[in-house]
Amino acid sequence: MATVTFDKASRVFPGAERPAVDKLDLDIRDGEFLVLVGPSGCGKSTSLRMLAGLEDVNSGAIRIGDRDVTRVPPKDRDIAMVFQNYALYPHMTVADNMGFALKIAGDSKDEIRRRVADAARLLDLEPYLDRKPKALSGGQRQRVAMGRAIVREPQVFLMDEPLSNLDAKLRVSTRTQIASLQRRLGVTTVYVTHDQVEAMTMGDRVAVLKDGLLQQVDTPLNLYDHPVNAFVAGFIGSPAMNLMSVPVDSGGARIGDYTLPIPRELLARASGNRITVGIRPEAFDLSQREGIPATVDVVEELGADAFVYSSADFDGTHVSLISRHAARTPPGKGSQIRLTVDPAKTHVFDEQTGARLSS
Amino acid sequence: MPLRILAAPQDPQLLDLPWEVPLEAWPADRLVALPRGLSRHVVRFVRLDGRVYAVKEVVERLAQREYRLLRDLERSGVPAVEAVGIIAGRESPAGAPLDPVLITRHLQFSLPYRALFSQTLRPDTAGRLVDALVVLLVRLHLAGFFWGDCSLSNTLFRRDAGAFAAYLVDAETGELHDELSPGQRAYDIDNARTNIAGELLDLAAGGLLDEHVDPVDFAADVGARYERLWGELTGSESFELDERWRIAQRVERLNRLGFDLAELDIVTDVGGRSVRIQPKVVDAGHHSRRLLRLTGLDVEENQARRLLNALDQYAAATDQQGEDEEIVAHQWLTRVFEPVVRSVPADLRGKLEPAEVFHEVLEHRWYLSERSGRDIGLKEARDAYLRDELAHRPDEQAVIGGVGPADDDEAADPEPFRIPWDQLRG
Repeated sequence: MATVTFDKASRVFPGAERPAVDKLDLDIRDGEFLVLVGPSGCGKSTSLRMLAGLEDVNSGAIRIGDRDVTRVPPKDRDIAMVFQNYALYPHMTVADNMGFALKIAGDSKDEIRRRVADAARLLDLEPYLDRKPKALSGGQRQRVAMGRAIVREPQVFLMDEPLSNLDAKLRVSTRTQIASLQRRLGVTTVYVTHDQVEAMTMGDRVAVLKDGLLQQVDTPLNLYDHPVNAFVAGFIGSPAMNLMSVPVDSGGARIGDYTLPIPRELLARASGNRITVGIRPEAFDLSQREGIPATVDVVEELGADAFVYSSADFDGTHVSLISRHAARTPPGKGSQIRLTVDPAKTHVFDEQTGARLSS
Repeated sequence: MPLRILAAPQDPQLLDLPWEVPLEAWPADRLVALPRGLSRHVVRFVRLDGRVYAVKEVVERLAQREYRLLRDLERSGVPAVEAVGIIAGRESPAGAPLDPVLITRHLQFSLPYRALFSQTLRPDTAGRLVDALVVLLVRLHLAGFFWGDCSLSNTLFRRDAGAFAAYLVDAETGELHDELSPGQRAYDIDNARTNIAGELLDLAAGGLLDEHVDPVDFAADVGARYERLWGELTGSESFELDERWRIAQRVERLNRLGFDLAELDIVTDVGGRSVRIQPKVVDAGHHSRRLLRLTGLDVEENQARRLLNALDQYAAATDQQGEDEEIVAHQWLTRVFEPVVRSVPADLRGKLEPAEVFHEVLEHRWYLSERSGRDIGLKEARDAYLRDELAHRPDEQAVIGGVGPADDDEAADPEPFRIPWDQLRG
């Protein structure tokens, strides 16, 4: 097991205008489950492949533990790419299925036996080592396949969108299984996904990338509560945070005839006379007297709570809002509502740079 | 919901298949054989108008991706199965959505590696399979294709005049790049090594591998074989300016390996005394292209080499070496090659391809001549071959599975299989 360090690591594809990964600085802790997430083209897969040795690193360095692996061939990096394409061989026993790759690597019989036994213990496969894969359940077979990666005792597991071809329901149950297996093994793991829910539910920490640049790396909760910029604020969370560009006056943000109070020192940090205000759906409250005036378009009753999709028109702009409310008493479709916000739950971003202004 | 079809236009009869039924429940009378092999998805084989197609159920994004990749590989001339189309928007009669299918054409006269040993896989056969796979991997890499899952199971083999020609079957994990990094190539080689070792060890464990084959040594040799071929095709060499004959020598070496040199990078040093050359673009198919130009025959590389030799011998025997090559070739085709191929009775034509039959007739002629101590004529050798050899061979036109019953879970010869992630539960 080991730490993983990206040290200003960059990858520029021939003929590309900007780097696919731009001076990535990232310290992954020993045993950590780190998820790389971002929209298509953000550089998450390229980063993983740089660590795997599949993509050249044009500048900077990558270290596993204290060892600089920037120019080391993939098979000598002590990593395991855990894809879903491990084959199981029907004529071979479970033990041989797990251990045969060590034979090619030239490990001794005793060493192979020890590693297979260790892996079997971790995977609850000890009673089955002499059986053939056909005699196992689906879950046991899958663990044998995982065992092929585990017996190599890699320092790092790499996973590149392993769940992308499963349907939504299977994705949910499988991600829990992978995360709990990783915690049990305690092997440093780097996991790539485009799905922010997957990232938030699986990662000890999540690194959000966009256009080849690392935006923020933090625990799921901190990403949710303290996004460093408007991009991360909008990317993390489902339904997404409401983001509005609004003008400011001395009292705060002016949203139509409603003034959302914002501390003066925050407004002073803004680079223009507009700011981007971010409000999570659950931060809204309904009010009779004040708040953002809006018309309800759709109500989604989910049982425990309800999502209200509404639209607001002010200063000649049209804004779609999503708010979460207690179930069973939401406003009806077509009704006029006013939405207020606790200023403490308001996120404030610079309208031009997108950087977070609130603490 | 209407079906959405993305297809090459030549196969309209595909529309008649029962797309509203999940592949797993397709009626047996539609199927050629139940599937075998490593695929992570449901695959079925169907016969339509005398052609066999492989149909694979897979999520739309992956179907699109693999279809494009196979099309791109076809355009760049790399041997791969031919993608026919995608059928999306499938729905059961009750309105439940079904995954799209990717349709590929079954490669005629191709063999899965497990069908290539009727009794046991002997060292020379295993070696030729690995050689064919290494040539395929090098050609894919030259075309910028990263395979991600190179194995004997993901490959089909065609007989090629005593050797084999390999075709890529499964492009699911593949990626096409402008050029591969050394890391991508190294990963594919290492992955091939592990997969081949696993596949041969599995055969050994099932008693299906000759005891003289050591799976681990065999697989370990894959890297060395790959590097030798890659080095010959792409490596640079330097020499003095007055040794320019070495350029011709390099071209000849490439030709012998079956490659043509399309572009050569030549750099002289500052003083102009030494030269460094490096092939930039090499094209496979040196002999098959030449044979195609001379005779119109489209065959595998070693078959072409063999046929070109036969053509040279014909020119010598008929004292026409100085004559126009194309005229002699036409004569040879109509007087030697075609009579042999036409003499194969209709009921034996599904056993081997014409060019392979011709090759085997020549082999048989050599064998008979040696045994009898006299020169056996082509006609006599042909008749003996058809009667004593070909008639007893299995049909290889559309071999889908391995050996033994395909639909039985307890079959004597189960194949390696893949486990999807979602089975992690339980």
